[in-house]
Amino acid sequence: MLTFTIRRLILAVPTLLFISLIIFLLLELAPGDPMAQVPLTVPPDVKEKMRLALGLGEPFHIRFWKWIVQFFWIEPQVFIDHLIGTSLSDGKLRVISWQTRSPVMDIVVQRMPQTLWVVGMSYVVGVLIALPIGIYSAYRQYSVFDQAGTFITMVGYSIPPFFTGPLIIVIFSVQLGWFPSIYDTTHQVVDWATFKVQLQQMIMPVMVLALQTTAQIGRFMRASMLDNLNQDYVRTARAKGLSEAVVVMVHVLRNSMIPVVTVIALGVPAIFGGAIITEQVFKVNGIGQLLITAIYANDLPMVQTITFMFAVLIVFFNLIADVLYGILDPRIRYD
Amino acid sequence: MTETERNPESTLATTGALPDPIPTTPPRNKWRDVWDQFKTHRGALVGGIVFCSLVLLVLVGPYFWPFDPTYIDIRARNQGPSLAHPFGTDQLGRDTLARMMAGGRVSVAVGITAMLLALGLGSFIGVMAGYFRKLDGPLMRLTDLFLALPLLPLLLVMMLLFRDPLNSRFGPETGIFILIVVSIGMTSWMPTARIVRGDVLAIKEREFILAARSIGTSSTMMIMRHILPNVLSPIMVSATLGIANAIITESALSFLGLGFPPDFPTWGRLLFDATDYLQQYPERVIWPGMAISLTVLSVNYLGDGLRDALDPRIRGR
Repeated sequence: MLTFTIRRLILAVPTLLFISLIIFLLLELAPGDPMAQVPLTVPPDVKEKMRLALGLGEPFHIRFWKWIVQFFWIEPQVFIDHLIGTSLSDGKLRVISWQTRSPVMDIVVQRMPQTLWVVGMSYVVGVLIALPIGIYSAYRQYSVFDQAGTFITMVGYSIPPFFTGPLIIVIFSVQLGWFPSIYDTTHQVVDWATFKVQLQQMIMPVMVLALQTTAQIGRFMRASMLDNLNQDYVRTARAKGLSEAVVVMVHVLRNSMIPVVTVIALGVPAIFGGAIITEQVFKVNGIGQLLITAIYANDLPMVQTITFMFAVLIVFFNLIADVLYGILDPRIRYD
Repeated sequence: MTETERNPESTLATTGALPDPIPTTPPRNKWRDVWDQFKTHRGALVGGIVFCSLVLLVLVGPYFWPFDPTYIDIRARNQGPSLAHPFGTDQLGRDTLARMMAGGRVSVAVGITAMLLALGLGSFIGVMAGYFRKLDGPLMRLTDLFLALPLLPLLLVMMLLFRDPLNSRFGPETGIFILIVVSIGMTSWMPTARIVRGDVLAIKEREFILAARSIGTSSTMMIMRHILPNVLSPIMVSATLGIANAIITESALSFLGLGFPPDFPTWGRLLFDATDYLQQYPERVIWPGMAISLTVLSVNYLGDGLRDALDPRIRGR
């Protein structure tokens, strides 16, 4: 198991390098000019100097190498400095955003809590709703509950978040006026009243994202339970005289959770991608919204870094899913 | 010699063996069986009917509807539903129903074309990886790599980068259509490739392939005649899911403002434009949203039923 993990970790390095190269090459083809907004009165030689200051003067492979060094070597140093107060990164050049002229990672760190709160909370809520639904609809297969559950998951699967978002804004903000339609990120939680406000503004984005999660994981949980419910060991457990609750909730559930846990791990990066749209609908200024504004503003270092961070998330959670599968299911042997 | 004089019937009579039962009815067609199984899945049947009528409506509807989707009647702006405009009019007085039908044409066209592209690419890579052992490793690594790409951000970046060059070459509408279809197709072939490869690997070991090879069938003929027809069912199922996926992705891009240009209606674009008027005219969000959801839902149900109908293990029951 350990050798497998190490081998996968080593294999992840060329994958990530290749992905970063693809993203970099794609951005290299960008027709947009970061100097386009500079007034025409600025003389051409000054413009050329500004271009050099942005790091655009050098050939492509040198800039790629510089970005790699900045991202993989200097940014971790900054992180270590921040943690234990050393000064490893003093005077070293970090990845700089063209929009704000400040380090990209600082902005990402500022935006991270909003995304993590909304996305993370919605994922937890979605999983917590999905598991009981999946278990019960498998246990009572073809019952009314199962049919209704299947229909609801199908609907959740089919309705995109950019429709559910405006729809529940219309219902709960415009018509009923229960929740605010815009997420206020400057809001600070200090006491019970502000906590209630925070809860109110979080409910709608969390619900929109959770619907997607619930639909996917609920369907998967049901299928996995159905696979296990007809197996011989279940009959044996019943024949031993175990109560139905123990049979289903202990014996069947534990075995059914094996594939579901890996699917939950695999879904984490996808939910970040989905959050791009939800953040846009509810005006949450998280990572997704940062990416969209960077794309509009032609801020290539920012776009490159955020897109690559999404890729890292995907590769990392794929690895976690594979390792989890091996740990949870002793029949799986990678070596 | 007695043996030469014997005819087959007398042999039968003397040995007393039973003759093979001669079928009195013609053999059942496979597609007939598939249809019979498909009919029992009510959701799939309803889904198929809904999808077909939606496609028919957006294709034929504009010929019968008197309003042009781009006709601006500023005096009739922001109207609610009425007999003349069943879905109302927008902020420039354009008829919403006409725009919905025009948008549906684009959305469905994007969905089907992107699906065909993804399907062709996915089946090709899947068959190649499954059939030729040498190609298996590299092609599957490529698939894994594509699966590790963050797709929505990359699509957004592609929209940003290639929109202007393509627009200047093919015109704003054709350019963005090509861009969207190609980028969705290029980023959604991986599941099909994986499923097809798995099926090809299993079929390759079967006896009829050995028999075909023993009579000297070339690889091309083998794939076209023997392999492809047998992996048709997973391809068809991923086709339906591919349409749903492509329609949602196109709408998402349009919704983020990086899809089709503003005066060129698609369902995602109409939804995006309507969110600005969410407070005053909430019904404008409902129409395109309902259209997208209904199409995707019906296609998903269709795929569900097709999967059951094409699976011979389920069909037998």
